[in-house]
Amino acid sequence: MDRILNVENLQVSFHTYAGEVRAVRGVSFELGRGETLAFVGESGCGKTATAKAIMRLWKPPFVEIKSDSVVEYNGEDVMKMDKKRLQSLRGNDISMIFQDPMTSLNPTMTVGKQIMEGLQLHRGLNKAQAREEAINMLRMVKIPVPEKNVDSYPHQLSGGMRQRVMIAMALACQPSILIADEPTTALDVTIQAQVLDLLQELKTQLNTAIILVTHDLGVIANFADRVQVMYAGQVVERGTTKEIFNEAKHPYTWALLNSVPALATENKQELYALKGTPPDLILPLNHCPFAARCEYCMGICREQMPEETTLSGTHKVSCWLEHPNAPKVESFYDRRKK
Amino acid sequence: MGEYLVEAKNLCKYFQVDRKRTLKAVDHVDIAIRRGETLGLVGESGCGKTTCGRTLLHLYDATSGEIYFDGKEISRLRGKELLEFKHQAQIVFQDPYSSLDPRMTISEIIAEGMDVHLKLSPKEKNERINELLLAVGLTDQFANRFAHELSGGQRQRVGIARALAVDPSFIVCDEPISALDVSIQAQIVNLLIRLQRERGLTYLFISHDLSMVKHISDRVGVMYLGSMVELASSEAIFSAPKHPYTQALISAIPVADFDGEESRKKERLEGEVPSPIDPPPGCRFAPRCRYATDICHKEMPKLEEVERGHLVACHHCLNNHS
Ligand SMILES: Nc1ncnc2c1ncn2[C@@H]1O[C@H](COP(=O)(O)OP(=O)(O)OP(=O)(O)O)[C@@H](O)[C@H]1O
Ligand SMILES: Nc1ncnc2c1ncn2[C@@H]1O[C@H](COP(=O)(O)OP(=O)(O)O)[C@@H](O)[C@H]1O
Ligand code: SF4
Ligand code: SF4
Ligand SMILES: [Mg+2]
Ligand SMILES: [Mg+2]
Repeated sequence: MDRILNVENLQVSFHTYAGEVRAVRGVSFELGRGETLAFVGESGCGKTATAKAIMRLWKPPFVEIKSDSVVEYNGEDVMKMDKKRLQSLRGNDISMIFQDPMTSLNPTMTVGKQIMEGLQLHRGLNKAQAREEAINMLRMVKIPVPEKNVDSYPHQLSGGMRQRVMIAMALACQPSILIADEPTTALDVTIQAQVLDLLQELKTQLNTAIILVTHDLGVIANFADRVQVMYAGQVVERGTTKEIFNEAKHPYTWALLNSVPALATENKQELYALKGTPPDLILPLNHCPFAARCEYCMGICREQMPEETTLSGTHKVSCWLEHPNAPKVESFYDRRKK
Repeated sequence: MGEYLVEAKNLCKYFQVDRKRTLKAVDHVDIAIRRGETLGLVGESGCGKTTCGRTLLHLYDATSGEIYFDGKEISRLRGKELLEFKHQAQIVFQDPYSSLDPRMTISEIIAEGMDVHLKLSPKEKNERINELLLAVGLTDQFANRFAHELSGGQRQRVGIARALAVDPSFIVCDEPISALDVSIQAQIVNLLIRLQRERGLTYLFISHDLSMVKHISDRVGVMYLGSMVELASSEAIFSAPKHPYTQALISAIPVADFDGEESRKKERLEGEVPSPIDPPPGCRFAPRCRYATDICHKEMPKLEEVERGHLVACHHCLNNHS
């Protein structure tokens, strides 16, 4: 793998008046050039917090990225970057699109102006060149009549078009990494399919690596190369999309796979529903974070944190069931066969 | 007692945008919901699902058309009969965050409708509130808490308890799970299914999550730009859709299963839903339809039965179905 991003032991805390919320608790992963890695997990599990920490978008003192966290972009230490380098990192190397395009587009500025800003700042184009390039970008993301829509304000566009403008803005400087936080959650399935097709096309054209944050397993199955399953600020399982869908080992991953109705299931059958809630992230956690909700929970699970077991070059899981002395249990797949 | 609990004929709901322009949110829709069944309603954002549900409940005045509830035309109901209808037909809203008043306790929220529709002593009322909280999977400890202290899933349960409080026979569920996490979605859907079994409820289930709609519905209606374009059993809609729009919609669902790169390639619907303001004559789907011919641009196709229980509004559906 030609590695573009390396993250080791990333820890992010929010300091609130109730105490320190340890939202990201030692997350490590790598990202290869042109690869799509999906983050999946329940809301509040730390996906966005992780994604924003990579670009150092969090500001002290209320949010703290712990000092022994490692984030390396193309071999360069992001934690040590000065203000100027960080600005160029965010403009040229890594960019992010957010769930709700309305909150991240400036409502008082035409979409063309907003795309041009980055082009002038980061790629040193003059006004006329930047406008030309902005129109090209809008054409690339399939905005109809780009020569005209370049002068539209965000509210004059539909939700799907705004999301595509966001993508055009994020890609204007041809970043090596695109972080997409729930990019299609607010969209209809038909528009979602169009936006995902577009991302796929751009990925092939520009060899952009993508971090895709989503809770939609359908989107992951159709789009990601690898998946990282997160729970309570930790990665509990990681693998290729095939490994996560067809050979998952972690009970939490099973629960996620199980709670989506397959189009093939019987109507009105009871769906599998995970009970309870994730642990409070203010409290310390020195055992398996999933223990309270896990139907396979054993004594050891409540006492010690499971280590990450390597199952293949790509597939790793943190669960005591992988211990050689653990009992054999009936997996999600065994049950589904019945 | 007729077969249908709710029946609408030629239902129209128009909004006047300004002096010249009319927005046809629901345009000549026929809908009939059997007692004890769940009718799913799907379609892209803005196609008129919510407006349709609200008009059926008389929360909006229909522009034209008739709505029958239990055989009676609702626009003619007055006094006691109208009150009885409002009691029998309830709604669960999309957004559990804004649909509950944050300054009211959970028991006040649930009791609101009971005070209007049921004459209960304070003791009976309290018993009933506790019963309802249990029925939706909460405990009586929630009675005195405030809505803002609850999670999204818990609030949605309160919304369901409020709708159930007056023992309705019909509930419009408007995107009841869209704002929730997958694991909580499954809990709410299980709850709705169980309550239907126990109480014989009739649902109109509005959602853009097609796999959930398939799971919970007996029959499904597909709307496009204010019109009903297809209506059939849930099975038939998903395994053998006949309308070109339904076919595109179904093929756009990303399936949560991984069976190799090949299965990732799909047919796509191009373009976006046009504006419902002064739509052109003819089939509303024609600008995006790959089977469209001259007649499609001139004449609006009627919703007709093409197979037993399978209704489609398309001039060419008999030629294209797969
Ligand atoms: N009170 C109103 N005044 C004016 N226009 C309205 C009103 N309510 C709805 N509309 C319009 O009617 C059309 C249908 O709206 P409706 O909310 O019923 O769609 P929907 O299918 O529920 O969409 P969504 O999935 O976004 O909720 C939309 O174009 C909407 O903008
Ligand atoms: N600005 C903030 N202040 C305090 N806590 C926060 C803030 N943002 C997020 N959190 C907390 O951090 C945890 C992880 O949040 P987030 O990364 O946004 O989750 P996700 O994106 O997976 O939904 C949650 O417990 C959340 O409540
Ligand atoms: S370590 Fe134990 S509690 Fe945690 S997921 Fe594995 S079996 Fe369940
Ligand atoms: S009537 Fe014509 S345009 Fe409309 S869906 Fe059928 S074939 Fe397509
Ligand atoms: Mg998030
Ligand atoms: Mg709606």
